[in-house]
Amino acid sequence: MNSIDELVARAERLAEREQLALSTVSRKLLNDGKGLTRLKAGGQLTLRTLEAAFERLSALETGEKPAAKAPARQTTANAPAVGAGDGPLLSSQRMSHLDRLEAEAIHIMREVAAEAENPVMLYSIGKDSSVMLHLAAKAFFPSRPPFPLMHVDTTWKFKDMYAHRDRIAKELGFDLIVHINEDGLKQGVGPFTHGSAIHTDVMKTQSLKQALDKYKFDVAFGGARRDEEKSRAKERIFSFRSAQHRWDPKNQRPELWNIYNTRIHKGESIRVFPISNWTELDIWQYIYRENIPIPSLYFAKERPVVERDGALIMVDDDRMPLKNGEKPKLEVVRFRTLGCYPLTGAVRSTATTLPQVIQEMLISTSSERQGRVIDHDQSASMEKKKQEGYF
Amino acid sequence: MAHANALAADDIIAYLDAHEKKSMLRFITCGSVDDGKSTLIGRLLYDTKLLYEDQLAALEADSKKVGTQGEKIDFALLVDGLAAEREQGITIDVAYRFFSTEKRKFIVADTPGHEQYTRNMATGASTADVAIILIDARQGVLKQTRRHSYICSLLGIRHIVVAINKMDLVDYSRATFEKIEADYRAFAGKLGFSSIVCIPISALEGDNILTKSPNTTWHRGPALLPYLETVDVEKDGSGEPFRLPVQWVNRPNLNFRGFSGTIASGTVKPGDEIVVVPSGRRSTVTRIVTKDGDLADAGQHQAVTLCLADEIDISRGDVICAGKAPAEQSDQFAAHVIWMHDDEMIPGRQYLFKTANRIISGTITELKHKVNVNTLEHMSGKTLELNEVGFCNISTSAPIAFDPYSHNRETGSFIIIDRRTNNTVGVGMIDFSLRRAQNVHWQDLDVDKSARASSKHQKPCVLWFTGLSGAGKSTVANLVEKRLHDLGRHTYTLDGDNVRHGLNKDLGFTDADRVENIRRVAETSRLMVDAGLIVLVSFISPFQSERRMARELVEGGEFIEVFISTPLAVCEKRDVKGLYAKARRGEIKNFTGIDSDYEAPENPEIALDTSKISAADAATAIVEHLKKNGYLG
Repeated sequence: MNSIDELVARAERLAEREQLALSTVSRKLLNDGKGLTRLKAGGQLTLRTLEAAFERLSALETGEKPAAKAPARQTTANAPAVGAGDGPLLSSQRMSHLDRLEAEAIHIMREVAAEAENPVMLYSIGKDSSVMLHLAAKAFFPSRPPFPLMHVDTTWKFKDMYAHRDRIAKELGFDLIVHINEDGLKQGVGPFTHGSAIHTDVMKTQSLKQALDKYKFDVAFGGARRDEEKSRAKERIFSFRSAQHRWDPKNQRPELWNIYNTRIHKGESIRVFPISNWTELDIWQYIYRENIPIPSLYFAKERPVVERDGALIMVDDDRMPLKNGEKPKLEVVRFRTLGCYPLTGAVRSTATTLPQVIQEMLISTSSERQGRVIDHDQSASMEKKKQEGYF
Repeated sequence: MAHANALAADDIIAYLDAHEKKSMLRFITCGSVDDGKSTLIGRLLYDTKLLYEDQLAALEADSKKVGTQGEKIDFALLVDGLAAEREQGITIDVAYRFFSTEKRKFIVADTPGHEQYTRNMATGASTADVAIILIDARQGVLKQTRRHSYICSLLGIRHIVVAINKMDLVDYSRATFEKIEADYRAFAGKLGFSSIVCIPISALEGDNILTKSPNTTWHRGPALLPYLETVDVEKDGSGEPFRLPVQWVNRPNLNFRGFSGTIASGTVKPGDEIVVVPSGRRSTVTRIVTKDGDLADAGQHQAVTLCLADEIDISRGDVICAGKAPAEQSDQFAAHVIWMHDDEMIPGRQYLFKTANRIISGTITELKHKVNVNTLEHMSGKTLELNEVGFCNISTSAPIAFDPYSHNRETGSFIIIDRRTNNTVGVGMIDFSLRRAQNVHWQDLDVDKSARASSKHQKPCVLWFTGLSGAGKSTVANLVEKRLHDLGRHTYTLDGDNVRHGLNKDLGFTDADRVENIRRVAETSRLMVDAGLIVLVSFISPFQSERRMARELVEGGEFIEVFISTPLAVCEKRDVKGLYAKARRGEIKNFTGIDSDYEAPENPEIALDTSKISAADAATAIVEHLKKNGYLG
């Protein structure tokens, strides 16, 4: 066993024993949240760094407080160790763009927690939602996030997504509300029988309004980004909705500095988008840096698919009616975006790790939403959908 | 993506490492379509952003079809053209665009440049570190250049790039460039920027955008993008003392009490002494808590949670400051205000002011002068309209912690919210405290309110009668006063019509004058309550915000709102003074109920409809209310 393997193995044992995330241990040992993951993947480091990491590891294993390490920024080297914290103090170096985006999102979430009466975080199980959850856990630490998660379930998500949802909500200590439009369910509304437009309207847009009315949420966090779509480039971070859940793009409140006007009348609500200023690459980079768990559907694997109108649709359960002569065949595919399985096209890919997924995104030739059937359905209709209350 | 960095394809881990260390820069572009702003932004997106092949193909096709550049790519098509936005009816707003290089991620606030969009430009500038001011080389420094520069300086942008565009159309003339540069510096010198960099460019041809152009070998400065990649904005404000506006008190259990917020300026480390403003309490920082582990230190922009050595009372709205350099506190300021709403600013009206972390009520007590955004001249005025800038005195209902905006954008700024509509109607930047709060003390007198009241065997209060003209306010108030007088109580009636003959005879009936009218009456009734009287105020007082102001001037329980809710139809039929008829004929303007709104009280203490009960019964009901609630001793 070479010493890198030993370091990784001991660190993993420590993480398990102390109930710490591996990224936390990694940060403590290497001052780098994904350092251990990289070492596991065959990464290298200098002997001096390795020696220092072992020293810190031993200290952590024996529960001692390690001698204050000289932090990267020399001005803080003599900071007294008055902390009641349980490890070496982390030095804050110059903030990177991800640090800035993270701090902005945390500020926004705290503002809502302080001012809203009954906030909720909408959770769609995708990568942006995963980042939002991770940010919320950071924003209120050591408290639990002071709002529930809500999944507006169309009942047509991938099985993997449901499993991921239940596991993550439990791990992060969120209260999870699952809302299903029971009227739609009774009428048997689904993408195969009613088409994507009606399905999305009834099971998603109407269902969301139903849920917000039912629980009387005054603020709902969403994971939309301004780089996704033209009409979103102009949407405020605190986006006001009338009592009918309508967005009026011509009548938005000015939003200056980081001062947000959270005042509303009874019945009105605000959608809040803490990751408005993130791009798709920022999201992936952050997931990579922070080791954020995302559904396995983002990674390539052999899956049963059929090809329809140029899209690869995964046969996730037996509700999918097969046409004459259509036979699911196993292909190595993954998903660039997640939604209802009948409406989400897969791409042929062999990317099984996060760096490979990011690499594929960077060198691919078509934009993100192409895999999403809903956007093609009525072209340029996102803005219309938003005005009607779709996120 | 089509022209993604080759590194991404070769070594993705190295690519991710490089991109993780990027810093961030937010900038604003100022200029109109004619200056080539859209072309410049389009060019930056095109040259740096990782565009997908489908987007590129669309751009090339569109350029041929609708572009203005013949066979060349029309970069302006990458960003929404203003004309197209006007057709859609959305814009004319702030759009945020993103691109990045290996060194930096950029957030561009793209706003229209015309005068009627001053508020949009201010919005984009409020978070920008750098402004690019575009000048058409053929035109030189124009009125709009001055306006854009002034707004940038007003919002505290320190670094200006003057991009002198369309150099290709003036044969890359050095003399032209140097004349414009000299003109600009002569005018901008007084605006207090810390750096001004002038760059000759052609957004269309790509000169001096990514790299230095061979067409301008005489230009000694940097090209645009290399400048944006390296301009140091981190040291701006780094010398300012530590400030943490407390956003949220973090209290998961009895053993942990932390104060969460985003550091507005300065740095902090465990062991530092802090002082809380406004309470003035002191303690020492013990921990800087984050989920990733405790920090050895933290600085500006970081979102952290502080733990302190002592159990002192701190709540949202307080600012934790460096022990040796606390923030100022005051309830009277001078500030520059930009008005952002169609409803004009009304001095004396109660608004809500939201600072970095707290909401407080207050008024704009005086508009000292307006600023002409084109010439920077001071002009007199009574109100501010949409997009106007004014220098105002502001009074808040309690002292707040602040720093002058020129020292600290985060603790020196506020937004103004209309209490009734909840709209953001204006924004402000604090210049200095007026310190009147310290200089003008309330004169403490030996005989106080309670002494005066007890000698009269009554609890002083204001009975505020509100309702439409002809609703019966004065009739009922008159009866109530008569009964109280018979009971031996000490009263006084302030009647709308009577007051306008004397105290308020200089006021008309515009919204601004109505607000001032009510303010004076409210202040007068406060003095009378202090004198121990039961004051009857009989005023239409159509606006909720002014009635609320009157209520907040006196102590809790001293204000009794009496809503005479007689419907408009009945009032108009009565028309005791013949005013409704005149208003209907258009002889009286701004008549409440006809062409001016009446905002009914939501929770009046007493509501009476004189079309349903007699005036005498109404008076009885009011006197009973006073007896029951102990006002008559």
